[in-house]
Amino acid sequence: MSTLEQEIVDGAELKAAVARKEAELRALRGRLAQWQESVAGTPVRETDFTSVSGREIAPLYSPLDLGPDGYGERLGLPGEFPFTRGPYATMYRTRLWTMRQFAGFATAEETNERYHYLLKNGQTGLSVAFDFPTLMGYDGDHPRSLGEVGVCGVAISSLADMETLFDGIPLDQVSVSMTINGPAIILFCFYVAAAEKQGVDASKLRGTVQNDILKEYQAQHAWLFPPEPALRCIVDMFEWCSEHAPRYNPISISGYHIREAGATAGQELAFTLGNGFEYVERGMARGLDVDAFAPRLSFFFDVHNDFFEEIAKLRAARRIWAKRLRDVYGAKNPESWRLRTHCQTAGVTLTAQQPENNIVRVAYQAMAAVLGGTQSLHTNSMDETLALPTEKAVRIALRTQQVLAHETGVPHTIDPLAGSYYVETLTDELEAEAEALFAEIEEQGGVVPGIEAGWFQQQIAHSAMRQQIEVENGDRTIVGVNDFTDGSEQVEIDVLRIGPEVEERQRARMAELRSSRDAEAVERTLAALTAACRDGDNLVPRILDCARAYCTLYEIRHAMEEVFGAYREPVFF
Amino acid sequence: MTDDRKIRVLVAKPGLDGHDRGAKVIASAFRDAGFEVIYTGLHQTPEMIVSAAVQEDVDVVAMSILSGAHMTLFPRVRALLAEAGADDVLLTGGGIIPEEDVAALEQQGVGKLFGPGTPTTEAVAYIREWFAQRGERV
Repeated sequence: MSTLEQEIVDGAELKAAVARKEAELRALRGRLAQWQESVAGTPVRETDFTSVSGREIAPLYSPLDLGPDGYGERLGLPGEFPFTRGPYATMYRTRLWTMRQFAGFATAEETNERYHYLLKNGQTGLSVAFDFPTLMGYDGDHPRSLGEVGVCGVAISSLADMETLFDGIPLDQVSVSMTINGPAIILFCFYVAAAEKQGVDASKLRGTVQNDILKEYQAQHAWLFPPEPALRCIVDMFEWCSEHAPRYNPISISGYHIREAGATAGQELAFTLGNGFEYVERGMARGLDVDAFAPRLSFFFDVHNDFFEEIAKLRAARRIWAKRLRDVYGAKNPESWRLRTHCQTAGVTLTAQQPENNIVRVAYQAMAAVLGGTQSLHTNSMDETLALPTEKAVRIALRTQQVLAHETGVPHTIDPLAGSYYVETLTDELEAEAEALFAEIEEQGGVVPGIEAGWFQQQIAHSAMRQQIEVENGDRTIVGVNDFTDGSEQVEIDVLRIGPEVEERQRARMAELRSSRDAEAVERTLAALTAACRDGDNLVPRILDCARAYCTLYEIRHAMEEVFGAYREPVFF
Repeated sequence: MTDDRKIRVLVAKPGLDGHDRGAKVIASAFRDAGFEVIYTGLHQTPEMIVSAAVQEDVDVVAMSILSGAHMTLFPRVRALLAEAGADDVLLTGGGIIPEEDVAALEQQGVGKLFGPGTPTTEAVAYIREWFAQRGERV
């Protein structure tokens, strides 16, 4: 048979196949109409069939719900554009997700002990929780820190504390995530300097610093400086890390706090990616090649109660990011298109009533995170709505991940829910919802004007209020809170307490530091930093000098604030 | 005090804690219940809160604390209110506060403190009740 004859035969076969497919869909449409008619009189439960985010959920999904685009453009293979099926080609068959429990309390010594305990128990990465003074750039002996030192995380006021925090933990082998934003550039420099003391060069460091200031203004509220200087610090870090710490993630663009503050799944998705686009544009505006820094941008999403919607959210996030980076920002390196993410189960879904039920909530959420293809995961402890978690509660949370990884078989195959009519429809819907919200952000004049006008904050607060009303009206059931209550809601549960002696000890540490360091070096490096803030030089080398001279967190903050000023939030409710 | 005035509430976020979901939800619920509501915004010192309470002549200060610093912040605001001659102001609030601490703070003249999962209606009813018992306002 000639090539031409072959093509004619193939063409005919193709036509026949299309005709068969069309006939099949027609038949399905007819059968679905019949089904709808036949079930029309069947009573349904008296419940609101909407997702946690208020999305209408149909009783049945079928091939008719899937869009017209083909498999390749929408799903691709894992590790390939647009990464819907996963950021890596072999996913959990090569390497399980990193089990990374967020921990920190009291002083650096106590937290160091907890880290050794977690590593001994099979945890594979560390995640630092800082106390509120540190998050806000205050030293443990500053008057504004009164009553808060070491209470909600660990107090780190200088390089000396950072050295203690990682004592006996080789920073070239353990990847460390640090949840810090306003003063991220300062804590990052403490970390790099602590690694130096261990003989570890920055180029060997793996890990992540959250460093996402936009979502601080929108939701979490731990800021130091106004948006413009804060964004400059972040781009300074992109620039410095791409040259000196190429394996380190200088940002974790975070939806977690946006969601916890009340956003819906769609808002979390859109606001987070919208912030990500802003960071990319800021980096490019500095003159950086997008492919020089985009591969190290990482993400952090919340995994809430609505099982399938959360899985779809993670799949949609990867697809939207890949398309935007390739098609709008012109990134050529596939690494720039690949969205990698950490996930955490939703603290806001945990209840103080019947707190043991939280173990079950966390387990479902953890499974959704893994089915959504996360790269690392924190599972919350059951007692978090009561106080800081105890060792027992943390162990159960970690064991929840280990059962998921080693007993359920869930990680055996890649993206097992692909092709589910429901999950694919939800993925498409969330993508469309995010696109619509990107347009609304544009209408606000962009991310920073939207923050300054309080637009994001209001969108989030409205969603929070809607959810509160749903729960109070009984439209949404929370087991053990507004239904299935039996008088056993209050449970005696051990809680971890941080006493005032922690603050005393941190004050003593600070006093010793202040008297033992080279005061001239402190003054000199701080003055050089203030000058660099004014002159527009990259700030990382200057802050590193301050760190090495044992300048404290607040001293460094203050040296920058002289030029940058402080941020004032728009207040409303 | 006159009976025709609405109950005035200062919703306050003391300390460095940025978790304001609860504060904003409760402020909206108080407003919807007919109270006059002033919200301080974040990161307030006890001095700033008391000064706002006095300036705005409020009847209630409702503080939201999720940072664990409640044993420092509630007594401090109570003491500063007394110093400012605003002893009659009801100091209440909510957040992540263990039971024993709630009891200890009550001993020190702090009103009812509400934990996670409390319906907003319960806090509204508590404030109404508190004034009703004193024969003031509605």
